[in-house]
Amino acid sequence: MSAQIEKFYYDNNIVKMFAYATMLWGVVGMLVGLLVAFQIYIPALNFNLEFTTFGRTRPLHTNAVIFAFVGNGIFTGVYYSLQRLLKTRMWSDKLSMINFWGWQLIIVSAAITLLAGFTTGKEYAELEWPIDIAIAGIWVIFGWNMFATILARRERHLYVAIWFYIATFVTVAVLHIVNSFELPVSFMKSYSFYAGVQDALVQWWYGHNAVAFFLTTPYLGLMYYFVPKAINRPVYSYKLSIIHFWALIFLYIWAGPHHLLYTALPEWAQTLGIVFSVMLIAPSWGGMINGLLTMRGAWDKVRDSAALKFFVVAITAYGMATFEGPMLSLKSVNAISHFTDWTVGHVHIGALGWNGFLTFGMLYYLIPKIFNTKLYSEKLANAHFWIGTIGILLYAIPLYWAGFTQYLMWQEFTPDGFLAYPNFLETVNQIIPMYAMRSIGGVLYFTGALMLVFNLIKTIKLGNFVANEPAEAPALTKEYNAEHKDEHWHRIIERKPIRLLIFALVAILIGGAVEMIPTFLVKSNVPTIEAVKPYTPLELQGRDIYIKEGCYNCHSQMIRPFRHETERFGEYSKSGESVYDHPFQWGSKRTGPDLAREGSKKLHKSNQWHYDHLKNPRAVSPGSIMPNYPWLHVKEIDINSTTAKMAVMQKLGVPYTDEEIKNGKTNLEAQAETIAADLKAQGIKDADPKKEIVALIAYLQRLGTDIEKSAK
Amino acid sequence: MSVLFLLIIISLVVAASFLVAFLWSVKSGQYEDGYTPSVRMLFDNEISEQNKQEKK
Repeated sequence: MSAQIEKFYYDNNIVKMFAYATMLWGVVGMLVGLLVAFQIYIPALNFNLEFTTFGRTRPLHTNAVIFAFVGNGIFTGVYYSLQRLLKTRMWSDKLSMINFWGWQLIIVSAAITLLAGFTTGKEYAELEWPIDIAIAGIWVIFGWNMFATILARRERHLYVAIWFYIATFVTVAVLHIVNSFELPVSFMKSYSFYAGVQDALVQWWYGHNAVAFFLTTPYLGLMYYFVPKAINRPVYSYKLSIIHFWALIFLYIWAGPHHLLYTALPEWAQTLGIVFSVMLIAPSWGGMINGLLTMRGAWDKVRDSAALKFFVVAITAYGMATFEGPMLSLKSVNAISHFTDWTVGHVHIGALGWNGFLTFGMLYYLIPKIFNTKLYSEKLANAHFWIGTIGILLYAIPLYWAGFTQYLMWQEFTPDGFLAYPNFLETVNQIIPMYAMRSIGGVLYFTGALMLVFNLIKTIKLGNFVANEPAEAPALTKEYNAEHKDEHWHRIIERKPIRLLIFALVAILIGGAVEMIPTFLVKSNVPTIEAVKPYTPLELQGRDIYIKEGCYNCHSQMIRPFRHETERFGEYSKSGESVYDHPFQWGSKRTGPDLAREGSKKLHKSNQWHYDHLKNPRAVSPGSIMPNYPWLHVKEIDINSTTAKMAVMQKLGVPYTDEEIKNGKTNLEAQAETIAADLKAQGIKDADPKKEIVALIAYLQRLGTDIEKSAK
Repeated sequence: MSVLFLLIIISLVVAASFLVAFLWSVKSGQYEDGYTPSVRMLFDNEISEQNKQEKK
């Protein structure tokens, strides 16, 4: 070789920082997870404080484990493996640092704002617009650093893991930006650009692909790097990994609508989502088999290495979750699982098993490496493995049980044709033992995570940190004949990261576009109902309180066209009913009953009932697990924001007249007076029209009433 | 907003050509070196460890 051998150093410092952050946020995120697991059946655990109520702590949990724990896990693994696979130090230490501190700052601001009640009301995308912009910025910094490193590499071939990283970067950027289109009302308050069914489609296109491209593809990249490394054997089939990659990124982007089966989403979009979700089983299982068979002939090593044990269970969990996913996408199965705890069980197989265990395995492998030592206690790591595995089982199985139980009770009719359990609360109380068992599973899993932290701190103390690891490799020769006639086509793309980037972008855009354009453009997809009118100013404020308190975490607003649902909640939901809903609030879980027609004649409750119920749900429904919301009766409506809110809604296409906006405040006060007067007449002497509770009651009483007017 | 759609449609066209390229390459069966990269990624650590020893 004529090429000059170059000396350089891998940056282990940034890997160490991200690894520490992964451990820290892992513990925090799981601790909040434990809190919500207990809160769900012990409502007193909200301590009567708005900041610690389920509607806010649950988004904190999901955001913390996804973006803080797994996010830092991704960066740890990528910064470690990318340098070694490319035989190059990260292009810029400065960018690495900005990436690190920027991401941690986002996490801290997310934690504060979510608990303070600043939320967009869109699941897994709850953060408000200034943080959204910061996320986009830091993400671009990460991508910039990554691509610059790829361009400066000393290894011509891009190993399969790197493609997964590239696809992750590109897709997450596109998803995040498209889904976060929102019009600010003020600093920390905005409305989604999209409304109703369109918002739902964009949201779940994002939501599912957040699973795909934040929780799956980067971790598959990590799997293709760390599993062969830990067992010191090549991946079972490199060709399969190439097929796995392209098939996966091409199919994944189309699967989102399976979150909206039997909803008001047009049928064709639902079917498209199902078809691609079912097809996804092929590349997913290809990847799982590829990962597991990497251990072929060396399973004895798994016996001795805790890291490998974690990898094996992680990949198995990936296989189980990606089998279950397509099954849940089938309409007949989805009819059972949707809105129940089955879904929660399903995602936790992925989260605890796949993401959690792969992260643990990676940390057990990587920390001793960069500290140039051996793991402090392999025995303790093995104990962690077993306690974690039992934790996952104790977590998931009760929730599957709960999901089935709840569905069976929901749809049960008496021989006379009445609902067997007309009181929704009965179906909730039935599954409380399962919730309790799940929280024990969570305790075990969390204990395991603490064991990991202890073990790794001890390891770190034993070792000597190698901040800059020396390495040598020849530089890439500039002149390179890329035109080998018999060369594999794919190799040409692999050498050209920019081209690869464009291809990956194109592959995902085609999926997103085909699903979204028609719904946006074809008006017939969203039949407008004449009787559906925009919210009054007070209802709009009430809706914002509904969003702020995270009611959508437990209450859906989407009645599916099943007899047991229409019997229980009223006529099934139509897409035309939510055309003014920025954002949509269809929800994805029914811990409590559906509220789409809460104000309708069928479900009607008095203002006084809502007033008492929100103060203490158990005062009116004994046995309820809904937390108290006493602050709603104390805090005042932010009346001054009314005009700005209505003006933004008008910009988004809600037909408020300028006159209505001008009189917004006056109209709000007048409607609030009426409700307060009614409350007073019913015996609530201290009813005050200025309080948030009045606005929320106005909103709840409005829900589902429009369509009754059209029936007249 | 309509500009957005136009952009998406353009990318659709590019995507289609990508798909054609993909199908063509699969049909021509060019999976030649689908093995060495998987082994090479295992070695780089060992080489750098050798280098470390040489320095000592």
